Amino acid sequence: MADLFDGYPLGRQWDEMFAAPGRPRTPYTGLFSSLQPMSGEELAARADVLSQTYRDAGVTFAHAGEEQPFPLDIVPRVIGHQEWSVIERGVAQRVWALEAFLADVYGAGEVFTDRIVPRSVVTTSAHFHRAAHGLVPPNGVRVHVSGIDLVRDEAGDFRVLEDNLRSPSGVSYVITNRAAMTSVLPELFGDHRVQPVAEYPGRLLAALKASAPAGVSDPTVVLLTPGVYNSAYFEHALLARQMGVELVEGRDLVCSGGQVSMRTTDGQQRVDVIYRRIDDEFLDPVHFRSDSVIGCAGVLNAARAGRVTIANAVGNGVADDKLLYTWVPDLIRYYLGEEPVLANAETHRLDEPDTVEWVLSSLDQLVLKPVDGSGGKGIVIGPRADERTLEELAVKVRSSPRDWIAQAPIGLSTSPTLINGRIAPRHVDLRPFAVNDGTDVWVLPGGLTRVALPEGELVVNSSQGGGSKDTWVLSAPRPAVEPVPEQDVTRIEFTTEDLPVEPPAQDPGPPNDNALAQSQQQQQGAEMAISAVHRDGDGPSPRAGMAISAPGEVPPC
Amino acid sequence: MLSRIAESLFWIGRYVERADDTARILDVHTQRLVEDPWIDEQRACANLLALMGAPCPPEEADTERVLATLAFDRASPSSITGALSAARENARGAREVLSAEIWESLNVTHNALPQQRTMARRYGPHSLFRFVRERSAMVFGLADATMSRDESWLFLVLGRSLERVDMTSRMLSTRVLAGDAAPSWTLVLRSTGAYEPYLRTYRGAVNSSRAAEFLLLDRLFPRSVFASLERAEGCLAELERANVREGHRIGVAGEAHRIVGRARTMLEFMQTDEILARLPARLDELQRTCSAASEAVTNRFFTEQAPQVWVPEGVG
Repeated sequence: MADLFDGYPLGRQWDEMFAAPGRPRTPYTGLFSSLQPMSGEELAARADVLSQTYRDAGVTFAHAGEEQPFPLDIVPRVIGHQEWSVIERGVAQRVWALEAFLADVYGAGEVFTDRIVPRSVVTTSAHFHRAAHGLVPPNGVRVHVSGIDLVRDEAGDFRVLEDNLRSPSGVSYVITNRAAMTSVLPELFGDHRVQPVAEYPGRLLAALKASAPAGVSDPTVVLLTPGVYNSAYFEHALLARQMGVELVEGRDLVCSGGQVSMRTTDGQQRVDVIYRRIDDEFLDPVHFRSDSVIGCAGVLNAARAGRVTIANAVGNGVADDKLLYTWVPDLIRYYLGEEPVLANAETHRLDEPDTVEWVLSSLDQLVLKPVDGSGGKGIVIGPRADERTLEELAVKVRSSPRDWIAQAPIGLSTSPTLINGRIAPRHVDLRPFAVNDGTDVWVLPGGLTRVALPEGELVVNSSQGGGSKDTWVLSAPRPAVEPVPEQDVTRIEFTTEDLPVEPPAQDPGPPNDNALAQSQQQQQGAEMAISAVHRDGDGPSPRAGMAISAPGEVPPC
Repeated sequence: MLSRIAESLFWIGRYVERADDTARILDVHTQRLVEDPWIDEQRACANLLALMGAPCPPEEADTERVLATLAFDRASPSSITGALSAARENARGAREVLSAEIWESLNVTHNALPQQRTMARRYGPHSLFRFVRERSAMVFGLADATMSRDESWLFLVLGRSLERVDMTSRMLSTRVLAGDAAPSWTLVLRSTGAYEPYLRTYRGAVNSSRAAEFLLLDRLFPRSVFASLERAEGCLAELERANVREGHRIGVAGEAHRIVGRARTMLEFMQTDEILARLPARLDELQRTCSAASEAVTNRFFTEQAPQVWVPEGVG
């Protein structure tokens, strides 16, 4: 029997599945025993079905302007429930701290007067918008949706790599990955209790509705997309469809008298909450880039007037700046009085001349990241870069140290991935998504596991042509709380006692001609002695239902 | 047209719709078993079997049994493969009134079933359900595009609409009667294809009375019980118009029309609370209404006369 995992190399990094060769970690035991008997060919055949499913459903990511199917790897990633509860707490804690920080930055600014963070960090950030100063959202939430990127280091601990508080994308793939895996590989799920992910759109909609301007009883939510050419358009459409809200483009919105409306066949309809997936710079030509044609002029003033809520709030970028990232543990202590549950990766700020010198002298051993880059652009991994890159980098760093941070390279954990019909280790990260409705930060069980498909590649990013994995969070053996019941005013519940009798059977349809008629049709007039025959016998049982006396008339021919 | 042909068309409509709806229901059922970590598989399967009119002892119920009974049982007209084979058999006898395209799509569907079964055994049943949904959409789509709106069309649509009433009420019953092993309303909506229309209509959380109302009473959603009854009624009115004779000045001409009309007016003119208060009985009633209407249509249009038989006179 082919052993799928034969010769699976284990390196220095933490491997998600194996503690030692042939010995899977506890959460993976079930998965390992399901996959073990399969051959590489069989798994590859399944993987083809999986990618066909994705092509048919149009699950794509626009990469460099081209629509490409989003590669989904067939081996899921499993997280035990105890591990998950740590992540859950750590992510929620971070969101609360960053919410408090944003409220402070665009409000009183105590964090600066208390010398926790230098004011210059914020004022020099490209994402700090004076236009958002003093703008308090209706329920105080600025980070309605966030994606906190985590990686696992050599010791097996999760560390935060960055925070995404503007428009974190990828949650649609979490939903579609699960749907595709359950339809193509149902048997893998057989013995597991995997927490479902389908409730995300409902949670998001509830959070968006909760953030509507005060006094609006039944708020209208819209999702604002840049348009079909945006790389995450698939996600915008999926979320809008599953929330049942309009997917609008900038040209569909009109703002007058401090009120945003959308143009419908029925005239203009008021909009209360805009879940926007457009960057600040393009959102409102009045305040930001005046050449933007995908935004809605005046929307920020309407938000300031308290007539519309923008989610996520304008100016969140100051809190997911990679330079500010280095202060987040301090922010957690300052605002919440707690110790961080999830540690940062070891990071150096280039704010001291000594540090800058030290970094410049050891560029070949560090990872340098531009502070406002996203999607893995501009990252230089020292140990793998050639001389010229490092020289160019040194020039850039020397001229503007504020634009860079330096990190010690983390040996990202690996996870078994199907590559050309064989299982091989590939680096993965994890992006859990959190939804804040003002009273509670809900973390979607699982999140997006991204996998770098080229061998040894360390930049795990869908913008860089990475793939993803279905991420399973195992439930506790006995759920302490039942899954959230539906938000119901009235519940319709009956028992079988309410039924008058047995449920009726389905109508079988007219019986087929019996065997005799069939044989006669085949005989075609061959002589046969016919005796009296009644039709019945070997057809199905007579039809269910009431016999109704036929109206005693002969239908006209 | 010939009664025999009319009957075939009526049953093609019913069987194809039945296969389609059963595939939707099973698809959601199997997905749910996989996705929901808190499910009690045995109870869920037993409930489903009971409500589809094929009860089995609860200790024997499992997914294997559900699929064998409702998807692969060739002998039973209540299973997907059985219904599709029966539809194809009926079409074979009615080829002169069916367009070649419709016959071909039914025939291709039937011929592909064995291969689909093998695929389903290897890669899970999802591909089969999808195939059935696509093929039935194709049959009805071709009918829509190539059939004259004469009697043959009316019988096809009548069959389809009555079957839809039956299946949608069965689907509602699964939710209402199964207690804590019941699928959520979201799943019920999904299995009737109503989830996205519902969300677009009500924009927000799925709530039980609204969902039940949507599936029972919505005028604009074509799979709701009300819309299907209305469609069936329209077909019957058309069919009888050709047959209405002098003297029919009271009520409607046909028994089937009366049965369907009564069910429709009950839904239309009764308050929602009143309907929901006795929902199980109402749903049961609706399923029986379908059987009764089908019976009445048979008696009215397809009446089977006992075949004439010559009996040679005895000498004695």
